[in-house]
Amino acid sequence: MKKDLSRYWKKNLSLMVVLLSIWAAVSYGCGILFVEQLNAIKIGGFPLGFWFAQQGAIYTFVCLIFIYYAIMKKVDEEFDVDE
Amino acid sequence: MSILTWTYIMVGVTFSLYLSIAWLSRVKTTKGFYVAGGGVSPLANGMATAADWMSAASFISMAGLISFMGYTGSIYLLGWTGGYVLLALLLAPYLRKFGKYTVPDFVGDRYYSDVARFVALVCAIFVSFTYVAGQMRGVGIVFSRFLEVPVNTGVLIGMSIVFFYASLGGMKGITYTQVAQYSVLIVAYLVPAFFISMKITGTFLPQIGFGGTIAEGANAGKYLLDVLNDLNRDLGFAQYTTAFHGPGAKSMLDVFCITMALMVGTAGLPHVIVRFYTVPTVRGARLSAGYALLFIAILYTTAPAIASFARYNMINTINNKAYSEAPSWFQNWEKTGLIAWVDKNQDGVIQYSQGKPFDGKPEFSGEKGSYGQELVANKITDNTNELYIDRDIMVLANPEIANLPPWVIALVAAGGLAAALSTASGLLLVISSSISHDLYYRMINRNASEKQRLMVGRIIIGLAVCVAGYFGINPPGFVAQVVAFAFGLAASSFFPIIVLGIFDKRTNREGAIAGMITGICFTFIYIVNIKFMGGTAWFFNISAEGIGTIGMIINMVITIIVSRITPPPPREVQDMVESIRYPRGAGAGIDH
Repeated sequence: MKKDLSRYWKKNLSLMVVLLSIWAAVSYGCGILFVEQLNAIKIGGFPLGFWFAQQGAIYTFVCLIFIYYAIMKKVDEEFDVDE
Repeated sequence: MSILTWTYIMVGVTFSLYLSIAWLSRVKTTKGFYVAGGGVSPLANGMATAADWMSAASFISMAGLISFMGYTGSIYLLGWTGGYVLLALLLAPYLRKFGKYTVPDFVGDRYYSDVARFVALVCAIFVSFTYVAGQMRGVGIVFSRFLEVPVNTGVLIGMSIVFFYASLGGMKGITYTQVAQYSVLIVAYLVPAFFISMKITGTFLPQIGFGGTIAEGANAGKYLLDVLNDLNRDLGFAQYTTAFHGPGAKSMLDVFCITMALMVGTAGLPHVIVRFYTVPTVRGARLSAGYALLFIAILYTTAPAIASFARYNMINTINNKAYSEAPSWFQNWEKTGLIAWVDKNQDGVIQYSQGKPFDGKPEFSGEKGSYGQELVANKITDNTNELYIDRDIMVLANPEIANLPPWVIALVAAGGLAAALSTASGLLLVISSSISHDLYYRMINRNASEKQRLMVGRIIIGLAVCVAGYFGINPPGFVAQVVAFAFGLAASSFFPIIVLGIFDKRTNREGAIAGMITGICFTFIYIVNIKFMGGTAWFFNISAEGIGTIGMIINMVITIIVSRITPPPPREVQDMVESIRYPRGAGAGIDH
């Protein structure tokens, strides 16, 4: 039981690390650090870096939370810690 | 029907709706009062959180700010949405499992210390008051602009409405009123945006439209953003979509730090965190954060589109136009002091370019110029710009600039009020619960009965409403500056010690107190030095808005180091940290 719980916690932590890396990549990466390079690419009227900073990153944020919710729901059930 | 009649109808209908909801959801228990009995569905809580979060500033000012800042405006868009990912992954589920009422509760219990509880309490109250003063002012301004009553009367009406439903229904009343307020404000924001997007780009969805081409006029067929870049360049501004270069642009490091401070600050704001105590389960808390961000994103992805449409419209309709031929909205808003024109070269034509037309906000001398314009008494600058435009005008006047029907303009007024009232009520509840629960019950009278605690809660809301109203009527000159404080302090105080409290069992009382105090002091002194003492941004040129990021890092480092060289937390605290990591059992949230 004790061992299971620590595996549950590790699983939660690694999922978090993955999702937070994506979070940082779309906002700080595409939207700020590499915005000038990405702005050279255009999608319709949008320079790509500008699009990430004002649109794309926000859509990604919403998806990340719903993904976390869905995966953790499964993990909770798998380790029998759900409510 | 006239705009005024429409506005009275819209505001009347929405206000009666809020009051009836409040009456139907009045409460009798402290649990209902502080956390709505922990029984709000994730969807409703998500909507309420979105309304709570989106203030008068988000609704009225943000698109205008972005419109003037172009790419740099992304700091607000990223900063005020990205924090929800942190909330959903790092805070909300665990705080829900912890299952008590307030943020100082968690800090006090986790760090087994009334000193820590008290520091958290003071921060929570300070941050909330900072914020709420601005909301009351927003209510007053919308009233005076659209209903033609004095600002002060507007503030008083707003105060009584908020007092009525917050004291009656506590968190429960507020939550369900906020659900209604979200619906009003989002419709009010989207309807004009759809109209304007259709008009300028021929595309219905603003999110797509602002990357599209212009439908008619001299620039037909060109991409809107390209045209804006050219217009901005010709007028001497930084190009609209270009980052970090040009007049007024911020450096990459500064943009990075401000975005981070706003994100982390969002996740650390007590009135946002407390919302996740109201859902029944841990899983519900995660889902609720998702819904909240979804509802917020609808407005936040529309705002940059409105910003670009408004800029295009504004430059197109008034730059290089003779004042005598300027559209009627120009004179309407001139009366309110949000727009002003000084004819520097005496040609009767409005010339707009980079730079301030004169020092400060317009102070009209009361005399009219040769073209009928209001003359200002301010000191005129020697650049070529002749036009003063307040950023708030971009959303409020947008429907008029785009010639939309009167009911749309009335809808915007109702939306602005919904945004201001919903945020104000959430903040007042945090102030009330911090004082009546954390201070009165936890630290002063441990034996208070349920009835006494409810009574104290209601009295505090009444007092808080009065203080907020006072600041709304007599706004301290520094309201705009103190917003930097709210986020900076939330980022440098709460966020690090709550996250470490959950993810690092070894973090102890000594570490948390040392970390909080150094983080807050550093941030506080840095901001005061820049904003009030006229000091320079000495730390790598990071502005006052972004310094919370550095404060947060200092807090984390100090907390970790001090925790490692002092004794570990007691066994039962470590067990508590262990237990909040697993969802099961959250429903049984201990009522203490």
